[in-house]
Amino acid sequence: MDAFEDTARRLREAFSSGRTRPATFRMAQLEGLGRFLRENKQQLQDALAQDLRKSAFESEVSEIAMSQGEVDLALRSLRAWMKDQKVPKNLATQLDSAFIRKEPFGLVLIIAPWNYPLNLTLVPLVGAIAAGNCVVLKPSEISKSIEKILAEVLPRYLDQNCFAVALGGPEETARLLEHRFDYIFFTGSPRVGKIVMAAAAKHLTPITLELGGKNPCYVDDNCDPQTVANRLAWFRYFNTGQTCVAPDYVLCSPEMQERLVPALQNAITRFYGEDPQNSPNLGRIISQKHFKRLQGLLRCGRIAIGGQSDENNLYIAPTVLVDVQETEQVMQEEIFGPILPLLTVRSLDEAIDFINRREKPLALYAFSNNSQVVKQVLARTSSGGFCGNDGFMHMTLASLPFGGVGASGMGSYHGKFSFDTFSHHRACLLRRPGMEKINDFRYPPYSPRNLRVLLMAMEERSCSCTLL
Amino acid sequence: MNKISEVVKEARAAFQSGRTRPLQFRIEQLEALRRMIKERGPDITGALAADLHKNEWTSYYEEMVHVLEEIEHVIKKLPEWAADEPVEKTPQTQQDESYIHSEPLGVVLIIGAWNYPFNLIIQPMVGAIAAGNAVVLKPSELSENMANLLATIIPQYMDKDLYPVINGGVPETTELLKERFDHILYTGSAAVGKIVMTAAAKHLTPVTLELGGKSPCYVDKDCDLDVACRRIAWGKFMNSGQTCVAPDYILCDPSIQSQIVEKLKKSLKEFYGEDAKKSRDYGRIINARHYQRVMGLIKGQKVAHGGTGEETSRYIAPTILVDVDPQSPVMREEIFGPVLPIVCVHSLEEAIQFINQLEKPLALYVFSSNDKVIKKMIAETSSGGVTANDVIVHITVHSLPFGGVGHSGMGAYHGKKSFETFSHCRSCLVRSLQNDEAHKARYPPSPAKMSRP
Repeated sequence: MDAFEDTARRLREAFSSGRTRPATFRMAQLEGLGRFLRENKQQLQDALAQDLRKSAFESEVSEIAMSQGEVDLALRSLRAWMKDQKVPKNLATQLDSAFIRKEPFGLVLIIAPWNYPLNLTLVPLVGAIAAGNCVVLKPSEISKSIEKILAEVLPRYLDQNCFAVALGGPEETARLLEHRFDYIFFTGSPRVGKIVMAAAAKHLTPITLELGGKNPCYVDDNCDPQTVANRLAWFRYFNTGQTCVAPDYVLCSPEMQERLVPALQNAITRFYGEDPQNSPNLGRIISQKHFKRLQGLLRCGRIAIGGQSDENNLYIAPTVLVDVQETEQVMQEEIFGPILPLLTVRSLDEAIDFINRREKPLALYAFSNNSQVVKQVLARTSSGGFCGNDGFMHMTLASLPFGGVGASGMGSYHGKFSFDTFSHHRACLLRRPGMEKINDFRYPPYSPRNLRVLLMAMEERSCSCTLL
Repeated sequence: MNKISEVVKEARAAFQSGRTRPLQFRIEQLEALRRMIKERGPDITGALAADLHKNEWTSYYEEMVHVLEEIEHVIKKLPEWAADEPVEKTPQTQQDESYIHSEPLGVVLIIGAWNYPFNLIIQPMVGAIAAGNAVVLKPSELSENMANLLATIIPQYMDKDLYPVINGGVPETTELLKERFDHILYTGSAAVGKIVMTAAAKHLTPVTLELGGKSPCYVDKDCDLDVACRRIAWGKFMNSGQTCVAPDYILCDPSIQSQIVEKLKKSLKEFYGEDAKKSRDYGRIINARHYQRVMGLIKGQKVAHGGTGEETSRYIAPTILVDVDPQSPVMREEIFGPVLPIVCVHSLEEAIQFINQLEKPLALYVFSSNDKVIKKMIAETSSGGVTANDVIVHITVHSLPFGGVGHSGMGAYHGKKSFETFSHCRSCLVRSLQNDEAHKARYPPSPAKMSRP
C-alpha cells in the first residue's frame, strides 16, 4: 500500500515535530470536530437514514448528541486531564518529585463499524486527538453514506497533516494492518478482533478491542411485566437491534414468559404502530448479507410476535421467539437484529449457571423489584458492563468506562477513560543530586550490619520504606 | 489430556469454586506468601547465589524486600481497592446507583524472567492474588535453581490448585501458551513478547508485556559528576548489568567523557575493589550463551576500563567503552551485561535526537543540575519511565506504574496498578422499575417534528 506509506510518513513527521503536543492545538482540533457535527447535522442525519434508516430521533440521541457530548467534555476537561498526576511517595523519596506524565503514543489507527458509524468513529477520535496523537481513521465501508462524509468532509475540519482517512474493505484493512501503528482501536466482531490483535502483535502495538457477544437479560418474577417489556423492547429494537449492547436474549420463568409476551406486544404496538414496516421509528437491516442471516434465525423456536420480513427493503419485523433450544442458531451467535428469544429457566441459580457457561458478554441485564436479586446476578456473573432494571443506559455516563471482558473485548473508553486509553502513562521520579549520604546504605561493599538493619526494618510492619 | 492442560483446568475449577472471592481468603494467601519468604529466606538466597552469584544482601535488597513491601502495601489497601467506586451521575440518572465494580479476571499466567527470578514472578503474583485470580506461574528455566525451588515451596505454603508452578523450557512454554488464560503477564525479550501476544490473540487474552530496550543515560555538563557517576555505576553494574532498567549507555559531551570515565572507575573500585572477580558483591552472567554475546560486544571497541572476562565462572569485568560508534553492535542491542558504552554528543538537542531515532526504551535517565535540561529531555522523548539524577529508583515507588511503551512493552504493574491490571473494572448502573412514566419521552413514536419524512 504505497500510498499509505506516504500518508503514514507524513503523519509521523508531523507527530515528531511536536505539533500535536500543545493543548491549544488539540483544542482547535476538537473545536473542529464540534463544528463538523454542527455544520453538517442535516447531511449526517440524511446519511444515517440512507445507511440504516435511522430516525432523526435515534440519530440525535445515539450518534450526534453523544459525539457532541464527548467533544464538549474533552474541551472542558483537557487541561485537567493533561496535567502531570502527582503520586504519593515513600519514605525514601519524600524529597523528590514523583508524578505520572500522560504522553501521546504517536500514530493511532481507529477501525470503526457500521452500526453506529458516526458515534463509534468520532468518540474514539475525540480521545485519540485529546491525548495528542496523529490519527488514521478506517471507517466501515458498509455504512457507505457516512463513510463518504467522513472521507470527504471531516478532513476539512482537521489538520490534515495529523489526520487521514483510509478506505476499503477487508483486503485493504488487512494491508493497512501490516503497517506499524503505535496504538490500534478496533470496534467490531470477536472474529476480526483476533485478526487485529495478531497483526498488532507483530509490531508490539497495544490495542483496545470493543467486541460483542450475547448479552443476557434476566427477568425475575418479582417485577411489573409491562415496565420490563417497555424497556426491553426499546433497547432491543433500537437501531433495528444492531447494537453491541442490546439485550440479546431473555431468561425468565415460564410464568413470567406468559405475562411478558403480551406486554412485549403492547410495547411494540405502542412504539411502532399496527404496521411496524411503515413506522418512521423503525430502522432497517444494514445489508443483504445480514438480512439473509437474520431471516435464517426467524426459523428458530416458535414465533410469538412478528416474524415478517421484506427483502425489498431489508425489513425485519420486531420479533419475539419462544420455545428456543440452546443448540439452535439463534442462541449460537450474537443476533444483532430485531429478534428477541425468550428462554425459560426454573430458578435464579439456573439462569446464572446458563450465563456463566457461556462467553463473558459485553453487557448484562437483570430486572427485579428485589434489589437482592439484582445484586446477586451482578455478583455471580461477569460482563463488560451491567445495568439493573434497564437497558444500556450505563453507556450514557461518561464517568463509567465502556468496554468488554474476555471474548467481548479488552480495554475501555468514554470520557476521561478515552484520554487515558490513548495515552502512555510515564512514571517519572525527579531526584536531587544532593543528600547523597542517604544513598550510602545501598552501595557495595555490603556489610552484614547493613543486612541486619534492612531485615529489622522489614520486621516493623508500619514502616513501608525502601532504603535506597 | 496432557499434564499442563490438567493443571490449568484444575486452576480454573478452583477459581470457579468462588473461594478467591472473599478478601479474607486473598489476604490469608498473601500472608502465607509472606511467611514463605521469611521462613525460607536462606533457600531463596541460596538459589539466587547458585543462579546468579547474588549474595544475601543483594538477594534481599534487590529482590525480596520489594516483594515484602508490596505484600504489606496490598494487604493494607485491598479493602479500599476492592470496594465499589461510585461515579458521577448524569441528570437522567440522579436517582440511580452508578459505580465501578472490580472483579477478578479468572486464571492469570505469569511468565518470569531469569535476571531477578524471584521478584519478577512473585511481585506480579501478589497483584494477581489480591485481585482474586488463580495464578499459574512459569518461572524462567534459565534460572534453574529458583525454578525448582519455587515449584517446591509455593505448594507448601499456598493453595495448591489455585497457584500451580509449571516448569520447563521452550516446548513446555509453547504448550502452556496454547491454553486459554484471562490475562498473561510476560517479562522478557521483545522477540518472545511477540510470540506471547500472538498466542494470546487466539483466545482474545489481554497481555502485559514487560520487555526491554536500550535505556539511555544523558549526563549534562552542568551536574555533580561525582554523584552522577556513583549512582550510574551502582545501577549499571548491579547484577552484572543484567537489569532491564539499567542505564544501558551514556550520552555526554566529549569534554566530560574522560572525567566520567575516571569517576566511574573510582566508584567501581569503591564498590568492588581492585579486582571485581574477588568481590562477593559482584554478580556473574547467567549462562555461556549470554557470556559469549556480551564479550562479543566489546570486540573492536575502545576499552577505557575492564574488557576482560573468565569463561568458566562467566565473570565479565566491569567495562567502560569510550568514543563508541552508534552503528556498532554494542549500540544495536540491549547490552544486558556489565559493559557501559559512552557515546559523545555535542548538545542536549543532539542527545534527544539520538534517543528518538532508537526504539522507545523501558527507562530513561538524565543527570543535570539544571531543571530546564531535565524538563526538555522528558518533554521531547518517550520511555516507560524516567528517573532524573539517579537510576532505577522510579520502579521502587509503589504509586508509580512499572511498564514500557512501544518495543519496551505494554501495560504496567506494581501497587494499585497491579490490582487494576489483574481486575476487570465493570461499569454498573442500577435503576428502579418504578415510575416508567418518567421515561416516556425516550420511547417512540418520537414527536412529529423529529420523525423522518
